[in-house]
Amino acid sequence: MSFLSAVIDGVLLGGYYAMIACGLSFMFGVMRIINLAHGSLAIVAAFALWFIADRLEYDPFLALIVVLPGMGLLGWLLQRGILERSARSGELVPILSTFGLAIVVENALFECFGADTRSLAPYVGSLSYDSFELGGGLYIGELAILTFAVAILLLGGLQLFLTYTPLGRQIRATAEDPDTVELVGVNSRFVNAVAALIALVTVALAGLFLGLRSSFDPYSGSLQLIFAFEAAVIGGTGSLWGTLRGGIVLGVAQTFGAHLHPQGFLLAGHAVFLLVLVGRLYVPAQLLRVFLKSAVGSFR
Amino acid sequence: MSLLSISALDIRHGLLQAVREVSFHVDQGETIALIGANGAGKTTLLRAIAGAHRATRGQILLDGLDLTSMPTYQRVAMGIALVPEGRRLFAAMTVEENLQIARASGRKGEWTIDRVMETFPMLKPRRKALCGTLSGGEQQATAIGRALMTNPRLLLLDEVSLGLSPLAVDLVYKSVDSLIVSGATILLVEQDLKRALKVSNRVMCMLEGRIVVEGSAKTLTREQITDAYFGHQKRRRAEASS
Amino acid sequence: MSGQSKISVQRWTNLSIGVAIIVGLALVLLLAGPAFIPVTLLDKLTVLFIYISLAAMWNALAGYGGMISAGQQAFFGLGGYLAIRLSEWGVEPYLALVVAALLAGVLALPISAIVLRLRAGEFAIGMWVIAEVLRLLVNLDPIIQGDTGRSLIALSSFGAAERREITYWITLASMTVMLGVIFTLLRSRLGSSIQAIRDNEEAAASVGVRVLFAKRVIFVIAGIGCALAGALWLATFTTFQPRSFFGIQWSAYMIFMVLVGGIGRFEGPILGAIIFFLIETWFSAAGVWYLIVLGLTALLFSLFLPKGIWGYIEDRFHLLLLPVGYRLQTPVGGPIATPSDVSR
Repeated sequence: MSFLSAVIDGVLLGGYYAMIACGLSFMFGVMRIINLAHGSLAIVAAFALWFIADRLEYDPFLALIVVLPGMGLLGWLLQRGILERSARSGELVPILSTFGLAIVVENALFECFGADTRSLAPYVGSLSYDSFELGGGLYIGELAILTFAVAILLLGGLQLFLTYTPLGRQIRATAEDPDTVELVGVNSRFVNAVAALIALVTVALAGLFLGLRSSFDPYSGSLQLIFAFEAAVIGGTGSLWGTLRGGIVLGVAQTFGAHLHPQGFLLAGHAVFLLVLVGRLYVPAQLLRVFLKSAVGSFR
Repeated sequence: MSLLSISALDIRHGLLQAVREVSFHVDQGETIALIGANGAGKTTLLRAIAGAHRATRGQILLDGLDLTSMPTYQRVAMGIALVPEGRRLFAAMTVEENLQIARASGRKGEWTIDRVMETFPMLKPRRKALCGTLSGGEQQATAIGRALMTNPRLLLLDEVSLGLSPLAVDLVYKSVDSLIVSGATILLVEQDLKRALKVSNRVMCMLEGRIVVEGSAKTLTREQITDAYFGHQKRRRAEASS
Repeated sequence: MSGQSKISVQRWTNLSIGVAIIVGLALVLLLAGPAFIPVTLLDKLTVLFIYISLAAMWNALAGYGGMISAGQQAFFGLGGYLAIRLSEWGVEPYLALVVAALLAGVLALPISAIVLRLRAGEFAIGMWVIAEVLRLLVNLDPIIQGDTGRSLIALSSFGAAERREITYWITLASMTVMLGVIFTLLRSRLGSSIQAIRDNEEAAASVGVRVLFAKRVIFVIAGIGCALAGALWLATFTTFQPRSFFGIQWSAYMIFMVLVGGIGRFEGPILGAIIFFLIETWFSAAGVWYLIVLGLTALLFSLFLPKGIWGYIEDRFHLLLLPVGYRLQTPVGGPIATPSDVSR
């Protein structure tokens, strides 16, 4: 029974990871930039929401009306101000720039808000600990379900946007060939800024759900970046739904690990990540497919 | 006034001077063939006109408007469309999507997806196919169609026969012919001399970044062109050894 | 056809020979340091040498190898931890420092098998993950006692003054050896290979450069170097705390030093370490603002002065103090070269 509940918890946790990972993956897919400040920007959103909830006494969900566009604008400025320029010097410079940015952001947050951990949970009534009973003693958290549902909607919405809208097509084309896309009349600088805007909006959402399900402090960003990265890599870098796949694998591994050892949560997650990485690097793709097929077959 | 006017254009390619002091003009409705050996600077010149390459010196005027420092996507909005060497289609997108993307230029005109399908009937069954799965000839047709979707005033074709079977090249040039008949202004780079001469009004031959011979496709002789193509040394060597 | 003057390929300029002599003299002076340098300054110099070592190692990885790592603290912490571990097993403390570094180098091999095939950004975060994993694993060792940490107790068998002097000399020696290894490596054939890889991996591979091998060599050397720095840091400050030794701030320091000093130049990290050391001495009391300034400076340099101060000076004034490359000495006003002009 607790095995099943661990699986369910892990899968639902995967929903959160998909949310935090999709922005990182998206930005990499379109602009070939790995944003090392990704995690700390999620914390910026979390603190912004906390500030509005705590000092201005608005519901955090309501606060999204301000924070989502605000983070989007931040993404735009980030792209135009920093990322665009650093990308011109080559593939390696954006890593340095975003790393410097991460250091500035988390320490600036510390300067503003201090070392105390905060949470958004107190401002949403009992959402953080209410649960549905599935029968047989199984419980699922209301928040966990909500997070997973929002993640699905987010990924689905992004997929639809990319597939069916003109701007989405331009983004896909720019991701594939940024030079040629200009030759057909697409303003690639504008498109990249839109992509950054979208990425930071997803980051803001992730910040909300992070704050709701756990506490955070100015330096929590590093760990979120690592989780986002691991989920993206496990699921297959550059794939949107891959972040959900990877997130679920990561979440399940972590949940099981937590049952085994106090440090098991983190260790199990990292271990699975490293295994997948080694597997992807060293096991030829065909062999992997054969192995997966036979593994699935043995469960029938 | 000419549609396109190039004066004293200098283009660097890294440390290499790819184009030196090139000046010429293209009138409305003309078809000009740009020929020359590999490395002569033809592709660099086309890309510079389209905006994919910055010129170090000189001027590019479209209908009197100075485009020299205009970003690429704005030149498309002004009416210049380049079909790049190697097609450069978005392989992960369908034919239809590749054509739809070109609408981003915002230029109004007669070209629609349906009209492109009529001009290149081979694409009709492949409308929803991913461009990575197309044959060479189909890809070239899509690439030209994509450029046409921007309703260009000046069409730049870079080596459209490259890598295609003779049959496919025939089909491509049939559609180029119909474009010319409908009044398009075309500047094309072509390795196949016979085709270049057949389809164009004027020919320009480039060598090491300069235009060394220019003239009407009908009146220029084979010898004049070959001389220019390979440089006068060949002729001199031939004379010296005889 | 010219015959009168030849074109020669030079490794040293007159200026750089002069500088090398000065550097040699400075080293001799520093060696005699404990005799005339006041005690507080001796401690500070030890820290400076460690910073220089770290910067040189990170520069070897990133500036010459093209591998940007956000996780060298993995080796820094590993060095400190292994030194403690070896000491607990009875190894003489100062020997333990060196053995720890070499052991870390051995561990760098399996780690390299995992991370070296990763592309740029993925490699950066991948190393960060490795650092986190190592921190967690180290915490499992009962002698570490979690975040309280553990001291290198065996050092207390030395008197304070003796300890300070020995640590100073070992650190000076380590730094000199590390810089020497890098300098020699870069001027060797492998050094040319590694820089070719940095500039264009595909092109390098196509001319026969063994890409993975070259990267692995640099990675392992940088690993040993950072681990040695960590072990020396332990010797200087005595206590090992996982969170501090495996902390991301070490990467921040290394990136700052190399970006500001000059990435891809030999002299750059040395300059950057000195600047960082001075800033730290003057401003670390400012707490978190100090880190904000560091991050902001690194950010601004990456955008506007990516070659760093030394890179700018080198480009502007054509100054090459300790060149690792080749220079073509052409006769002034001579005729255009033909192949026979180049002397072997």
